[in-house]
Amino acid sequence: MKGYRTNIMVCAGTNCISNKSWEVKEALEAEIAKRGLEDEILVVPTGCVGFCAVGPIIIVQPEGIFYQSVKVSDVSHLVEEHFLKGKLVKSLMYVPPGEKEPIPKMKDIVFFRDQRLIALRSRGMINPERIEEYIGLDGYKALAKALTSMTPEEVIEEVKASGLRGRGGAGFPTGLKWESRKKAKDYPKYVICNADEGDPGAFMDRSIIEADPHSVIEGMAIGAYAIGASYGYIYTRVEYPLAIKRMEWAIQQAREYGLLGENIFGTGFNFNMGIFKGAGAFVCGETTSLVTSIEGRAPEPRQRPPRTELWNKPTVINNVETWANVPAIILEGAEWFSQIGTETSKGTKVFSLAGKINNAGLIEVPMGITLREMVYKIGGGIPNEKKFKAVQTGGPSGGCIPESLLDLPVDYERLTEAGAMMGSGGMIVMDENTCMVDVAKYFLEFLRDESCGKCSSCREGISAMLEIVTNICQGKGREGDIEFLEELGAAVTDTSLCGLGQSAPNPVLSTIRYFRDEYEAHIQERRCPAGVCKELIQYSINPEICTGCLLCVKTCPNEAIVGEKKRPQTINLDKCIKCGVCFEVCKFKAVVIT
Amino acid sequence: MSKIKPEDVDRISEEMRRTILLREGVGRIRVIVHMDTCGIAAGARSIMKVLMEELEERQEIKDVLLITSGCAGLCNREPMVTVELEDESPVKYVDLTQEKIKRIFKEHVMNGKVVTEYILATETKG
Repeated sequence: MKGYRTNIMVCAGTNCISNKSWEVKEALEAEIAKRGLEDEILVVPTGCVGFCAVGPIIIVQPEGIFYQSVKVSDVSHLVEEHFLKGKLVKSLMYVPPGEKEPIPKMKDIVFFRDQRLIALRSRGMINPERIEEYIGLDGYKALAKALTSMTPEEVIEEVKASGLRGRGGAGFPTGLKWESRKKAKDYPKYVICNADEGDPGAFMDRSIIEADPHSVIEGMAIGAYAIGASYGYIYTRVEYPLAIKRMEWAIQQAREYGLLGENIFGTGFNFNMGIFKGAGAFVCGETTSLVTSIEGRAPEPRQRPPRTELWNKPTVINNVETWANVPAIILEGAEWFSQIGTETSKGTKVFSLAGKINNAGLIEVPMGITLREMVYKIGGGIPNEKKFKAVQTGGPSGGCIPESLLDLPVDYERLTEAGAMMGSGGMIVMDENTCMVDVAKYFLEFLRDESCGKCSSCREGISAMLEIVTNICQGKGREGDIEFLEELGAAVTDTSLCGLGQSAPNPVLSTIRYFRDEYEAHIQERRCPAGVCKELIQYSINPEICTGCLLCVKTCPNEAIVGEKKRPQTINLDKCIKCGVCFEVCKFKAVVIT
Repeated sequence: MSKIKPEDVDRISEEMRRTILLREGVGRIRVIVHMDTCGIAAGARSIMKVLMEELEERQEIKDVLLITSGCAGLCNREPMVTVELEDESPVKYVDLTQEKIKRIFKEHVMNGKVVTEYILATETKG
């Protein structure tokens, strides 16, 4: 590859692209050519760098300078100052909340400093559409090592010894899963990558595929060699167009190089793969439904064991992140991997931080890190100096963890004990203005829509719980509702066939467990302590604070606020639709919720 | 394309090494060319061009990083370059020409020998 003095790494994950990073990339290339620097400076589109909150992000190498929120209009100045004259542009640098001095280098920014990258090892380093760049970062060396110097049994032993567990949520030991399918003597066998990421606010799998599709292909090829599979499917959803495009391109490149196909590395091992695009049903993330979907039928779950097998043949299904870990384990060894993490949970975990958090984005941390470190250190805390209330882990069927448990180390067992779960790694942070009953309602609505309807306990149980929770939010809750929700939740958990139904009551049960007082306030006092549930709140204006600036009057969509200029205003409750706009715009905090 | 062999993976990886080291910001040697408006007016761009050409001709060298920086405050001694070898204190060269930088590249960057007659006088006394 031709030598350049500078590589400008432009984040081109979906999140930054939606903030126009592709336009920034093209503007950079045009401006660099205009200045005659095209032989010295290369612009490289990369996958997600993780700090989505401040995108579009560019990183300038070899200096490691981090520029944030770069707009097309910044490009001309940036190229002239930094790339021509060698002067750093301070106005585009990251400034930590509450501080004044910008931080020039990526490695000095707290968000990046405490992360440990394995699944995201190529983050911001390679162009995902060039296989040579993946190979440059030791890509496909693990596959070469496995195929030429290890037996399938040795590969499985290595994965077992590493302690790698499924990153999709359930945490089943990957090596054991492989071993059981290896023993089956029925051919052909299949490996499947579960990329049907459906949790609201979760984008780990999508980001891994967009940033480093070859790590997934290589992991699957190694897994296929271990169990004796000859074909693989990547099951993803049509709503991930960029991930699909990059994966299609990666598979084509791997085929051209002979890294997929027949007689790989001249060892006689044959393996190929394709992408299966699901329509985006949440239940398809459940393995038996996923398999049924590939077979061309309605994706309803089945009794397991034994039915996780595609076309009734031995099949290994692992999550995107699990597969992406495999090449690193084979190359660096099980011992290296197992030194990271806790007693029962080895390695790292990728999380997507979302919700009321300053540094929203994609992170990878060693297992065992506390939730407090993730929220306050890497995540940068809660915006607007609001108080933390809860963090929801594990997606819609996970649970809400309160402040008192923030020092919980993140591993599979601890999170389950707390009534939540690891899940695939979605993490939604909630502040004091979040109503926990309303949160439970939101997730129940999602799950009701996504329940496939096969089991009556899930189909009817979720609907029944939603009805009760909705009543509570509307001030129609009754004594005994909480106890009934607990009983019903336990029944749905016990009697549903698949993971969706079994974990569907979690949002309700965990919020009752930790925020019972909020439920009680709704039912007994007809009051929403967080000031969220519309039927239970009223907006009014404190006449002693109101200056009569009329800002609220101008923004009220329903002309519900009346009064004279420079005199205290009043809200006409008959007209008020409780949209909360007046509360948000008032500079004097004169609008109060009661 | 013909089927890839394990040694081909190593070969491609080696070809990519310079790029990867650059992206990791890892270099045994850092050559800093002081640019800014004054440096460019004095000919710093042509110094950079020479360095780029020297590196391009020597594909075997992977761990030299070429870096630009702003004015170092001695505009009258430009073009100016700082050479930083790992574990050694930085050396500043001043009043450079294309011939001088070629010699510095050959002797200092390639062979670790400081070209004393081109260095900034004040730093030799230190």
